[in-house]
Amino acid sequence: MCAAIGHTIIQLFRSIGALCLFISRAVTHVFVPPYFPRLIGRQFVDIGYYSLPVVGMTALFTGMVLALQSYTGFTRFNAEGAVAAVVVLSITRELAPVLAGLMVAGRVGASIAAEIGTMRVTEQIDAMTTLSVNPLKYLVAPRLIAGTIMLPILVLIGDIIGVFGGYLVSVYNLGFSPVRYLTQTWDILEYMDVMSGLIKAAVFGFIVTAMGCYHGYNSKRGAQGVGTATTYAVVSSSILILIFNYILTQVFFS
Amino acid sequence: MTAAQQTAKLKLSGVKKSFGNNHVLQGIDLEIPQGKSLVVIGGSGTGKSVMLKCVLGLIAPDSGSITVDGQETTGLDAHARDKMMAKFGMLFQGGALFDSLSIWENIAFGLIQGRGMDRRQARDIAYEKIVAVGLRAEVGTLFPAELSGGMQKRVSLARAIAANPEIIFFDEPTTGLDPIMADVINELIIKTVRDLGVTALSITHDMASARKIADHVAMIYQGRIVWHGTVDALDKSGNDYVDQFIHGRAEGPITDELKTAHKAV
Repeated sequence: MCAAIGHTIIQLFRSIGALCLFISRAVTHVFVPPYFPRLIGRQFVDIGYYSLPVVGMTALFTGMVLALQSYTGFTRFNAEGAVAAVVVLSITRELAPVLAGLMVAGRVGASIAAEIGTMRVTEQIDAMTTLSVNPLKYLVAPRLIAGTIMLPILVLIGDIIGVFGGYLVSVYNLGFSPVRYLTQTWDILEYMDVMSGLIKAAVFGFIVTAMGCYHGYNSKRGAQGVGTATTYAVVSSSILILIFNYILTQVFFS
Repeated sequence: MTAAQQTAKLKLSGVKKSFGNNHVLQGIDLEIPQGKSLVVIGGSGTGKSVMLKCVLGLIAPDSGSITVDGQETTGLDAHARDKMMAKFGMLFQGGALFDSLSIWENIAFGLIQGRGMDRRQARDIAYEKIVAVGLRAEVGTLFPAELSGGMQKRVSLARAIAANPEIIFFDEPTTGLDPIMADVINELIIKTVRDLGVTALSITHDMASARKIADHVAMIYQGRIVWHGTVDALDKSGNDYVDQFIHGRAEGPITDELKTAHKAV
């Protein structure tokens, strides 16, 4: 029993060590030339542009539901006027970065793990090494850069769409005055509300791409290995997003 | 034999590698003279691929020495390893072509991304190599998924020779090919080795291929080289393991030891 627990703990620390080593090496390659601007550009499109519909839809309906729910809750206390404030603060501080992070983890993290995992099991990564090209620099670094830069941009767009969703429901369904709703939204919003969400998004973008690359890069043999790597990438990045969301919220707002 | 041929281009001494309790390589000693073709034969799971990956630096050996032109390669830092890699070319068993790149980009990959060569110049070299391996130039714009297995092997060979390496490794070059295409690949390997004057290390269990492309043959069994000699001496090796393997007999020392091991388990 003790041996089994000890073995599990050693394995856990070994995995954490391997992950930290992988990330530190990959981050080093982000800053050391040569750079691959063409690959980084392609990742901007894959991670950013193609995630826009799913992030936009998520933000839109989250803003709409938030307006409805907060309205039905606040009417019990005659505090309907707080709906605009609740929508904009919830969206910018929490919901847009977290939900965008989770959606991108599902779409991009899985795709990165599957692509790099397939390259691992078909020896394409070994082939790259024999051609004097470092796979961490060629495959991992461009994805880390693109993930860290594109997720804040996606979240900024998600913020606008989410607030717009709340506006639509509040004005056309709940009978709020458009001018008053927008004024309340603008008045309550502070620089740090938006900035904290964008910083969170950058961290989440790094987590999603790093976990996708790590699990794909260390994928075991065969289709099952790639499938497992994909699952691990999505699950681990989702959990890390939630953990880091709490830590960052504590740092920004405690 | 000339002095140049006597110099060991690649030398492995006492190379060991284990994965947990699985001792895959148990002290490999091997030497390939400059400009010669050595084929390592052996059954599945005997350590052939692991040996090749140790030489390429894809796996770090636990102990032993691997030298290229007399220079130790184990324990090289990343920069020195990259420089060493420039001497190597590799044809992988499954081709290992990059799915997302066209054929010419696959061949030019090492030149453009590894050596920083101008894209247009690398493209010209890629097309030159496409023709050299017997493919039509139009193939250059296709993607790997659009090619047959034999054509993919040719492209992989073109990629391996694109940077004019000094040593080429062939990992099961004829596996999965029909006999005619296998012979075409064998001829290409012979032509490549002869024309470029490179040193070649191949691993295979295809005896027809081994007999055709080898100057020397070594047999690996249970992580050790159990026989090493010229290809002409293969049929008169006097080694029971080699005899069983090259004649593909179901009965012999290899299967006897397997049965004993199963009984022990």
